[in-house]
Order: sequence, then structure tokens, then C-alpha cells
Amino acid sequence: MTDPIRELTAQLASDPQSLVFLELGEALRNRGQPAAAYKVARMGVNRYPELAASHDLLARVLADQGDRHAAAEAWRRVLELSPGHIGANKGLAFLAFRAGDPEGALPFLESALGAAPGDEGLAIAVQRVRTALDGAAARAATAAATAIAPLAPSALRGAEGFEPFEDARGVVLLDTQGLRLAGTLDAPDGSDVSDAVAAHLQGVSREASRAARLLDLGAWENVTAESPDGHLLVLPPTQSTVLLLLRDARVPVGRLGLIAEQAARAARRWLERLA
Amino acid sequence: MRNLGEALERVTRVAGIRGAMLVSESDGLVVAEALAEGLDGAAVAALAASLTLRLRRTATSAGLAVPHVVQLRAERGTVLSVPAGDDLLLVAVAERDANLGLARLELRQAAAQLGS
Repeated sequence: MTDPIRELTAQLASDPQSLVFLELGEALRNRGQPAAAYKVARMGVNRYPELAASHDLLARVLADQGDRHAAAEAWRRVLELSPGHIGANKGLAFLAFRAGDPEGALPFLESALGAAPGDEGLAIAVQRVRTALDGAAARAATAAATAIAPLAPSALRGAEGFEPFEDARGVVLLDTQGLRLAGTLDAPDGSDVSDAVAAHLQGVSREASRAARLLDLGAWENVTAESPDGHLLVLPPTQSTVLLLLRDARVPVGRLGLIAEQAARAARRWLERLA
Repeated sequence: MRNLGEALERVTRVAGIRGAMLVSESDGLVVAEALAEGLDGAAVAALAASLTLRLRRTATSAGLAVPHVVQLRAERGTVLSVPAGDDLLLVAVAERDANLGLARLELRQAAAQLGS
């Protein structure tokens, strides 16, 4: 077995017309190589300007890089080519929320939900936005924005069951596509790493699920990584969400498991309250 | 290779451990294994290496150092992985009720033994 990126790169080199660039671009995103991912995505768009997936890949890369305007443009192009594209609708909704525009996000959310009616995170976000807009109350609008937009950790700490997390370094709740529903993660140097972590986290969830299934271990419950300067724990509070906790390394891993259970319950309650 | 056998045995002696193996981290291939019947060594190696790599990326993207233990906990068991020197991982598969505290300790000491 070789490095998958090397393998995909070789495949692309031997067959430049193939669609393997889509997989390669995603693999580079997941590996945290945005510049390389951008090159691959841009090349894909140039080669396949009428292919929605190539613009979708480019939009994701641009969103990773924080270029919201260009990402929105790319996702709009996806919708021109493939009306109802779920990823593009969710991406545009996410960008609207990030810009503090829940009203602008609603049509995209509704369109995405129409295409994926079983998506719990989407259903919650749509319901909350509708309530907020109907009431036209500032308080409700703020709460609605938190249904999908990044949420300050203090908002989570205020929820029932999150009180033990007052000293948490961070918590983030994501949908299955690696887009944030709530929470913010700060690196030890204080920088916001939420989106970078989210991009990798989506892959972790998939890997954990696959590993547990193939090793006949049943459903996965959590994954922990212990580093000298911090511990992180990933778990799925619901089928369509993934939650990550980041704690100081002084927190024993056994306690981290208990905190994680509380976090999962609190996240589920939080999602239910938004519904 | 005596050290290798001793290191694996040290881990598998822990009650509830179904097997231990040394895995090449970059390609997910088995270097050495001591597994109970029914465990697919190649699958364990590939999946553990892949998951460890992803967790490493997640941790580093969060500004953390490279993890010294990665653990997947599932309904019917746990997979543990620790770095064991250059491009190597020491991996163990534990039953649900295994003494994970002791297993982690033995894994880390065995990995240190291999890495020295």
C-alpha cells in the first residue's frame, strides 16, 4: 500500500482526463494542504468547466482558505450546473450565516433539505431560521443564527449539562460534511482552528466507522488522541453530527470519556431545543 | 527479533487483549503480529494506521503535538495505537471489558522498548 495522495497523483498523471482529481483534491484538503488542493481544484475546473463536482471541490477549498466571496461564486456556479445540489446549498447557507444573514441562508437550507429530508442538522437549522424570521425578533434571530453558524463556546457552556465545560478549551459540533453547526476551537496559540479541524474531522468519523465495522467491533463510540499538550475526543452525538472536545492534557483520559458522554447528551438536548 | 516478540507478548499478556501487532505507519502493513484466532491482521494494521494518521492530522491542525496514544472505542472492543519508533506503530485490539489502563501502560512501555 502506498501513500494515497501519491497514488492518486500518479493516476492523474497517467490519465490527465480522468476525474481522479476530485478524489485527489479532497484528499489534499483532508491532509491540510490547501495550496495543493487549490491547484488541483482549479485545474479540474479548467478541464471540466461544465462539471458541477469540479466547482464544488473548488468552493470547498476556497471556503477552507477563508475566501468566502470566491467560494460563494463557485457554489453558485454549481447550482447553475446542478440545481438542487446539496453540498452547494449547504455551503451557501453556511457562508450566509457566517456573514450574519440568516434570511439569506434560508432558501439554500430549504433547498438542501428538500433534497436530503433525513438530514437532522438541516431540519433543525431550517426550523430555527423560520421561527426566527417569523417572529422577527432580534433575540430569536440571534438564536437562529447559532443553529448553523459558528457558535461561541460561551453559548454552549450556558446550555444545561455544559456547565462542567466552563474550563474547556473548546468544543465544536459538525454535520457529516464537515461543516460547523456550533462551537469554536482555539489552538493553544489562540488562533481559530475550527475550520481546519472540521475539515479533518469529517474524515476521522468515516475512518472510525469503517474500522469498527470491518473489525466487527460494532458501532464506534468515540476516538481519542492524547498529545503531550492536549487531548481530543471525537464522538457522534447523533447519526448526522460529530462532536469534538479539546481539553488540556492535565485532564485524565478517563474523565475525558465521562465529559464526552455529558457533551453528547448536551449536544442532543441542544439540537432538540432548536427543533 | 527477540525484543519484538517480547514486546508483543508483554501487551498480549494483559487480560482482555485479543492481539498486538507492529505496523508500518506510512503504508499500513504488518511488521509483526501476535493475534488471537479470528482477527484479520492485515485489516487491523491498515485501519489502525489510517485512523492514526487522520487523528494525527486532526490533532496537529488543532495546534497539538503528535499524539502519543490514539484509541478507538466501539461497542464490542477497543483499538489502541502508540508510536513505536521511526514509522512504526504498536497496535492492540482489546475486548470491551479489558483493563485498558494496564493495556495502555504496557503498550507504551513496549513501544519504548522497541524504539530504544
